[in-house]
Amino acid sequence: MAGAPKSNQISAVAKTLDPAAMAKDLLFTAILSLVILGPIVGLKTVPATGSLALEQRWGTVLVLVGIVVVGRLIFHLIAARRPASRAKAAKPAGPGVDVGKYLAPILLIIALALPFIASLAPSQERRLVDLAILMMTYVMLGWGLNVVVGLAGLLDLGYVAFYAVGAYSYALLSTRYLPQWFGDGILPWAFFVTLPIAGMLAALWGLILGFPVLRLRGDYLAIVTLAFGEIIRIILTNWINFTGGPAGIDAIPRPWFFGHPFDDSANGFAALFGIESKPIQRIIYLYYIILALALVTNFVTMKLRRLPIGRAWEALREDEIACRSLGINTTNTKLTAFAIGAMFAGFAGSFFATRQGFISPESFNFMESATILAIVVLGGLGSQIGVVAAAIVIVGFFEVFREMNFLKEILPEGTDPVQFRMLAVGGAMVMIMRWRPRGLITRRDPTVYLKEKKAVPTELVAQGHG
Amino acid sequence: MAAGGQPLLKVEHLTMRFGGLTAVADLSFEAAGTDITALIGPNGAGKTTVFNCITGFYKPTEGMVTLSHPDGQPFLLERMDDFRISHWAKVARTFQNIRLFAGMTVLENLMVAQHNTLMLASGFTIAGIFNNRGYKRANREAIDLCRYWLDKIGLLDRADDPAGELPYGGQRRLEIARAMCTKPLLLCLDEPAAGLNPRESEELNQLLLDIREEHQIALLLIEHDMSVVMGISDHIVVLDYGVKISDGPPAMVRNDPAVIRAYLGVEDEEEAEGVIAGGQP
Repeated sequence: MAGAPKSNQISAVAKTLDPAAMAKDLLFTAILSLVILGPIVGLKTVPATGSLALEQRWGTVLVLVGIVVVGRLIFHLIAARRPASRAKAAKPAGPGVDVGKYLAPILLIIALALPFIASLAPSQERRLVDLAILMMTYVMLGWGLNVVVGLAGLLDLGYVAFYAVGAYSYALLSTRYLPQWFGDGILPWAFFVTLPIAGMLAALWGLILGFPVLRLRGDYLAIVTLAFGEIIRIILTNWINFTGGPAGIDAIPRPWFFGHPFDDSANGFAALFGIESKPIQRIIYLYYIILALALVTNFVTMKLRRLPIGRAWEALREDEIACRSLGINTTNTKLTAFAIGAMFAGFAGSFFATRQGFISPESFNFMESATILAIVVLGGLGSQIGVVAAAIVIVGFFEVFREMNFLKEILPEGTDPVQFRMLAVGGAMVMIMRWRPRGLITRRDPTVYLKEKKAVPTELVAQGHG
Repeated sequence: MAAGGQPLLKVEHLTMRFGGLTAVADLSFEAAGTDITALIGPNGAGKTTVFNCITGFYKPTEGMVTLSHPDGQPFLLERMDDFRISHWAKVARTFQNIRLFAGMTVLENLMVAQHNTLMLASGFTIAGIFNNRGYKRANREAIDLCRYWLDKIGLLDRADDPAGELPYGGQRRLEIARAMCTKPLLLCLDEPAAGLNPRESEELNQLLLDIREEHQIALLLIEHDMSVVMGISDHIVVLDYGVKISDGPPAMVRNDPAVIRAYLGVEDEEEAEGVIAGGQP
């Protein structure tokens, strides 16, 4: 906080280390932090009998202001020692190394072998595989959103709506409609029958969202997509006859292994292979389903990038008017981006429903959209491997905080470290955006080349129209 | 005039108003099959507005813009969407402030220009996902076309570099090549020589003449650089305040008193005679 307003003027003052100027700056810092912290920290409402009472905590305010001023002082001293030029920050980062080339195969092998790695630690096995499933779900959602935001450059803040459409499609079809239409015999296959339907329905909703927003750009597009996400959630909450309202839908069938359930029955998965039935087998099966779905998402996206449609998406991100001058139907191009992105979210949504066994509108709030978008942006727009890295970082961060019991010792009575996770994630994001403003992976691989594949430095790549 | 009778491009009574401002007033001219037509005029004369009307970026307030293909099929450009004009009527354009896809490579820029051909070959993506043979062949042909144009504009060595890293002259040439990759019948160039040095201008002249010779297309260009205009155009249309003040071969336009007045200015009493009557700023 102390170092936030790094204007050139102030750092110039710091470099000469003029005590008078520095004292003035510190005084200013103190006043500013007093103004900001005074009302927020200094005054606290506490419930008193029949009304609210004000508790004054000026001591805490003074301590915090002291911390800010000391921090500012340290910043000045450090800034004074640094060489005068700030050229380092201004220098373009260049195309960067091709991390994906080496990292991708390693990550793939780890991903494939993960359940076996996890089984080495039997006490933690369930937790590890669950965490891997969660990460993989976000990787898949990130890859799906990458089509819309990273390639086509259309900022979509309501991506979770399509995730919800996919989840509810699976939940409603498998619990209500499929048994009604085809009898209970369909249940072993329900997941695989419903998956494509859920994807198609989500894609349809992608088109429905796409039409009204075709002419919108930047902030306006962001607002409308945000509203769309909320509309879907509110409909799910209020259309009680159809969706079950806030109570959600439970008893959603789990996927079966090609007609064999995961239980100790004679027809079960364990009996089929002649092994002992354990609950973990179903979790591992779920893990491989999401891994396969995510890999399909990645494969299709990478393939589409090299097809004319993918190139048109990227061209659209670069310059829409030039696209139109070249005869590209930008309407269709945008709609396909929305629809394909939505379709992947629909697949992920079905998976989410079958994994949880219970869904309610609560699961599809704006925070989910924000998390997925954060994964795409942190990873580096358009970078597939970046999405993986960012998903691991963000989801991992959330989970790590659940485990930090030692923090309870340090923190004041009654504070749960879990409550600090958003703060920590926010801080991490500020850091990453400060040092890697274009995301973790900043290179764009060309889709076609004549002689030599050279990466395009991200400085040249447009970020889309918002 | 083309042998077939119908000129390639026929602009009739084109008027474009923005609120109370008349940018182009009742402009009519024609461009024949393989002519190089230059549209010149002082700054703010409405040249780019005419371009935007022909290429569909603006819908004209009044008037008719007809493009007749050699097979006799007419296209009423004033009624078509901009991307359909490029796709079906075969009119390509470049922009005054270069609009390349800066974050894509030079080769990719030219591939994007062949979007519609490749899209069809990839079965609108569905067959393309499975690498169908037709798409592979179309892709090879597309790359060959790119290679041809890159060779022509002297950027073959830089095919795999980002378009945004090219020097200015290279970007201008690439934009022309990109427009040509859509296989147009009419190529509209908005100030192609702007910012080029005399040697580059000379090369540009040669490139434009080559394009006309080898591809038998018509060129319509807006240009301030008189060495380009006088050097290569067959036909010049002069605009001033949205009104056509002269129209004819370079030798005629060069000596037209109205043009000289518009460019060099006139004494007050002469202007009072109403040289630029009808137009308004």
